Amino acid sequence: MSASAIFVLDLKGKVLICRNYKGDVDMAEIDHFMPLLMQHEEEGLLCPVLSHGSVHFMWIKHSNLYLVATTNKNSNASLVYSFLYKLVEVFTEYFKELEEESIQDNFVVVYELLDELMDFGFPQTTDSKILQEYITQEGAKLEVAKSKVPTTVTNAVSWRSEGIKYKKNEVFIDVIESINVLVNANGSVMSSDIVGSIKLKTMLSGMPELRLGLNDRVLFALTGRDKGKTVTMEDVKFHQCVRLSRFESDRTISFIPPDGESELMSYRINTHVKPLIWIESIIEKFSHSRVEIMVKAKGQFKKQSVANNVEVRVPVPSDADSPKFKTSTGNAKYVPEKNMVVWTIKSFPGGKEFLMRAHFGLPSVENDELEGKPPITVKFEIPYFTVSGIQVRYMKIIEKSGYQALPWVRYITQSGDYQLRTNV
Amino acid sequence: MCDFPFFSLVCTGEIFELKAELNSDKKEKKKEAVKKVIASMTVGKDVSALFPDVVNCMQTDNLELKKLVYLYLMNYAKSQPDMAIMAVNTFVKDCEDPNPLIRALAVRTMGCIRVDKITEYLCEPLRKCLKDEDPYVRKTAAVCVAKLHDINAQLVEDQGFLDTLKDLISDSNPMVVANAVAALSEIAESHPNSNLLDLNPQTINKLLTALNECTEWGQIFILDCLANYTPRDDRESQSICERVTPRLSHANSAVVLSAVKVLMKFMEMLPKDLDYYGTLLKKLAPPLVTLLSAEPELQYVALRNINLIVQRRPEILKHEMKVFFVKYNDPIYVKLEKLDIMIRLASQANIAQVLAELKEYATEVDVDFVRKAVRAIGRCAIKVEQSAERCVSTLLDLIQTKVNYVVQEAIVVIKDIFRKYPNKYESVIATLCENLDSLDEPEARAAMIWIVGEYAERIDNADELLESFLEGFHDESTQVQLQLLTAIVKLFLKKPTETQELVQQVLSLATQDSDNPDLRDRGYIYWRLLSTDPVAAKEVVLAEKPLISEETDLIEPTLLEELICHIGTLASVYHKPPSAFVEGSRGVQHKRLPGSAGSGESADSPDTGSAAGVSEAPPAVIPSQGDLLGDLLNLDLTPPTTSGPPPAPSSGMQMGAMDLLGGGLDSLVGLLHAAMGAGFGAPPTAMPASFPPPVSGGLDDLFDLGGSVGMPMGAYSPPKSIWLPAMKAKGLEISGTFARRAGVIQMEMTLTNKAMSIMTDFAIQFNRNSFGLAPAGPLQVLTPVGPNQSIEVALPLSTVGPVMKMEPLTNLQVAVKNNIDVFYFSSQYPISMLFVEDGKMERQVFLATWKDIPNDNEAQFQIKDCHLNSDAASSKLQGSNVFTIAKRTVEGQDMLYQSMKLTNGIWVLAELRVQAGNPNYTVMSRLVFVLTCSGANHKDYKTESREV
Repeated sequence: MSASAIFVLDLKGKVLICRNYKGDVDMAEIDHFMPLLMQHEEEGLLCPVLSHGSVHFMWIKHSNLYLVATTNKNSNASLVYSFLYKLVEVFTEYFKELEEESIQDNFVVVYELLDELMDFGFPQTTDSKILQEYITQEGAKLEVAKSKVPTTVTNAVSWRSEGIKYKKNEVFIDVIESINVLVNANGSVMSSDIVGSIKLKTMLSGMPELRLGLNDRVLFALTGRDKGKTVTMEDVKFHQCVRLSRFESDRTISFIPPDGESELMSYRINTHVKPLIWIESIIEKFSHSRVEIMVKAKGQFKKQSVANNVEVRVPVPSDADSPKFKTSTGNAKYVPEKNMVVWTIKSFPGGKEFLMRAHFGLPSVENDELEGKPPITVKFEIPYFTVSGIQVRYMKIIEKSGYQALPWVRYITQSGDYQLRTNV
Repeated sequence: MCDFPFFSLVCTGEIFELKAELNSDKKEKKKEAVKKVIASMTVGKDVSALFPDVVNCMQTDNLELKKLVYLYLMNYAKSQPDMAIMAVNTFVKDCEDPNPLIRALAVRTMGCIRVDKITEYLCEPLRKCLKDEDPYVRKTAAVCVAKLHDINAQLVEDQGFLDTLKDLISDSNPMVVANAVAALSEIAESHPNSNLLDLNPQTINKLLTALNECTEWGQIFILDCLANYTPRDDRESQSICERVTPRLSHANSAVVLSAVKVLMKFMEMLPKDLDYYGTLLKKLAPPLVTLLSAEPELQYVALRNINLIVQRRPEILKHEMKVFFVKYNDPIYVKLEKLDIMIRLASQANIAQVLAELKEYATEVDVDFVRKAVRAIGRCAIKVEQSAERCVSTLLDLIQTKVNYVVQEAIVVIKDIFRKYPNKYESVIATLCENLDSLDEPEARAAMIWIVGEYAERIDNADELLESFLEGFHDESTQVQLQLLTAIVKLFLKKPTETQELVQQVLSLATQDSDNPDLRDRGYIYWRLLSTDPVAAKEVVLAEKPLISEETDLIEPTLLEELICHIGTLASVYHKPPSAFVEGSRGVQHKRLPGSAGSGESADSPDTGSAAGVSEAPPAVIPSQGDLLGDLLNLDLTPPTTSGPPPAPSSGMQMGAMDLLGGGLDSLVGLLHAAMGAGFGAPPTAMPASFPPPVSGGLDDLFDLGGSVGMPMGAYSPPKSIWLPAMKAKGLEISGTFARRAGVIQMEMTLTNKAMSIMTDFAIQFNRNSFGLAPAGPLQVLTPVGPNQSIEVALPLSTVGPVMKMEPLTNLQVAVKNNIDVFYFSSQYPISMLFVEDGKMERQVFLATWKDIPNDNEAQFQIKDCHLNSDAASSKLQGSNVFTIAKRTVEGQDMLYQSMKLTNGIWVLAELRVQAGNPNYTVMSRLVFVLTCSGANHKDYKTESREV
């Protein structure tokens, strides 16, 4: 059904640790993985699934590690990749960084986790907060009390333990919207969308029931209320704590939250957004002599708002040299290892327009290697503002002990995949 | 030293040291020692010598130590099965530990120790754990049943664990339900006939309830299991869909894809005019689009699946073109897949945008991506007629870039555009010709040559251009050689006066200096055509060609249906059925979408489909590759990029080929003969002296001469055999045979009802097959068949159905439906059934043809133990439409020359040698495929000659 065995390999393909779950694939097959990968890479046909004879490798790469699942059946590939990414998530929460050394240093815990995360190829409990309740890193200190299965593992509410206590009951809500934009070289917006995410930091005692109210257009249409601005969410994805069938029937977002930080939901909005920071660029390349770059950045958002930490990254040819810059604000820096100029503006008020000029020399001998046409990318963050206009109307918190709890809301809009193609 | 002290051991003395530490009295020391052992094991050192010492540490109340020992056991028990027994007692004891964590750990580990002796001891503890009060133990035990089944299936069945497992589906805990479902699905997958997952509305309801409460992984197990269920009617289908749709909002992409699978499958059963059907379609698009924001590997899986979904239900994503635009930082595998989907979604409405994007991609640096982008432009031109002109000008712009591989790719696709829109864009030929010298890839060269040949009359220096290719004729690939041959012949027919020398040259290069049979054959055909009847030659070579179709890369409908049932799995990623890459799955029945017994769109009313409705044939895909006519007319350049299997040749095209040649085969063969007499060429006259090694053949069937007296003169028909046993078909048994009676192929069946209830409403349908067999009428079962009753039916067959090559060639897949269900079986028909009555070749023709068939098309085999003389054999064979054309006797050996003709117009010529007194016959058969020179078909007919 899914994986026969899971391997963690280093960059050379050496097995750091592995777990055989089903025993139907020879563990030595993994030796074929790295040569196969290299061969595909050379041919430019890299693919997340590789096969050798009747064995299929599904792999992902994380820092200096390869995580590989083998199978000889018609496995559920999407499940396997989700699981591998989950593995990364769990290991990262356990060891801070997931890399070669953390695996080697913690092999006992890794084995324990591998044993608990998957059984006979079926993923089991993968919630790291719950796992941490009974698989601890200081194994030596394991006491009898700790070594009980938390009931949470098999509860319907498998993400929150009972008996959590806080002196002050609070919940922090972050609404973060990322803008994805793809602009053509001639300045027309090819595609744009908003990917929003609502993150919670829950510090609530007991087993609270929460209900989140948004200015969701479908909900307002359902209830017949029509006050103020509403937002149409194209697609919504929820943390598993949210009762999906409830949302499906009456658009109520009701849930028992996981403790601490979590992503409650994400949504996608398709409406055409005006790119918040508009870039016009003229890049002139004079072969054998120089490149001249002129970039104009314009803040296309409310005057009261300010974009912070704006970075405009402009690609330059790999053989460019002797950079010279002139900026109307902020400063520009040449980052040769990435072949780009990074123009940083700490604070960029709405409605303003800034200019940057750059000049590079080019060698007289032409670089015969073809170079790609990387786009200009922009990074920014605008606090206290959501592009879509989404709002948290209310957050109701009900716990049987009847405590009063405070919800805090914060809005941020930031750049997502923000690309503007250039002519050169 | 290093951060990780455990990895520093090397020498063998250490084993000794470890042994001592393992046997230490101090708990801490013991544990550190076991850790060191595990560390060594992790880096691949053999520490199996420590087995007894490690097992001794097993009895401990320290959970961590216990886990380590268990881990060690899992690794080494198999290599030390006798010693592993030592551990059994502790396992059994641990299964009764008050701590559920330990109970579960014990039962989980025991299942992973794949040693037969241990499994026996596992049964009792497992039985207890399956009924444990703690759900954590029960869910672990459920999986353990699957493990045990994998080691010893019989044991699991004998112990009744399967029933316990089924009971767990009703468990109060959702995790337990999910694992029980997973375990049952796993067992059912390896034992397809076990009927384990006997899904009924009650269990489905339980699963749907658990779906709302279990973990993300459990949801996937349940959804994947649901996908195997076939709802009884559209109402049930809809209610399941309604309860599955909320899963589309799950954050885990795998949950979403599994939900999509269930919905795509059950949607087949919903009437299209139902409001809910439209709602569901709308609900599917957003989650599919969101999958593209997942991690790249998951995006890849999603894209491969979207590719299938777009083919099955194009309406879902038709407005979502933009999300498939390629980002600069997408990995290459994502880029290529996005491109593929962009072409599928291209329509008149969005073509401008698509073209602008494709042009952008074509100037990237990644060669594979750029090539695909250029091809995509060509495909857009062919797909969206209104955009053709813009596509051509875009391609011309790209040619101006002079980037070598861009130019070559562009020329290949422009050739396809010419084939789709003849006489429209010839103005660009001049530009193309400028780039002649830079072409170094066979496909591009062949395409260019085709263009020059096709439009020779408009290119002043066509002869010079073609001549320049001729210089290195023998160094070219076959593709280019064939193309060059045809192009020069075309040129000659168009400008006969100045190119006579050129054509002579190419014909002799092709026929005399080449050892490639395809090239030689084509050379001879042209040569003889030209020498006998230039007018006929013109009609053949310069005939109007059929237009190429746009969707050559569509996945064949039955395969597509199967793949839709496998959404999210490797099969959907590879676009191959699981049987193609999973060992031991050949016997497994292919999954089908509900309500569609083979055909594309009879999905709407699965229960009420009348016989006529069922026999409706799926739409035939007109192929542009491998078809016979196309090949002769030299259209065998590869069509626009194909992924997926090549479409099957349709019989309609074959018929067309014959018509076109006016008078069909005979005249063509006559033509050949005449040509030989004319002595234009120097065809081989001697009989080939060397025979290929004998191949075993199946003509025995035809002879079947053992006690043949009882059988009247007539076509051979094998005795009836059981095709569909009653066990597999809910009581319906079908036995049958094939026969040719009075020129009509018949399928003669005995339907026996071995069930308790009456069977009615019989209907039959065939899958596409090698010779286009199809029922000529509905299955005539007029009266209901009562229990224990049998009925004889004869179903006349036609050979005009859709064609698809089967393996073996004479395999026929049949679906029979009655009031109870639809059943599938396959049977093989004797090839002799396909021999037509007019298969007697003229003597002269025979002789000429026989000599002219290349040795490659020859197969030889022996028929053993046949006690008939040659005359008796001859008359017997005649009954099966195997005609004896001539007979001669050489040194006491009778040689019978025979001909037969298949329903699809292929001739088979055979030489039968009968040595008096020797019961073994030698048959040498040769195939005529004047009509079929293509390499692709070549192989098929060879296989077939073996069948004969």
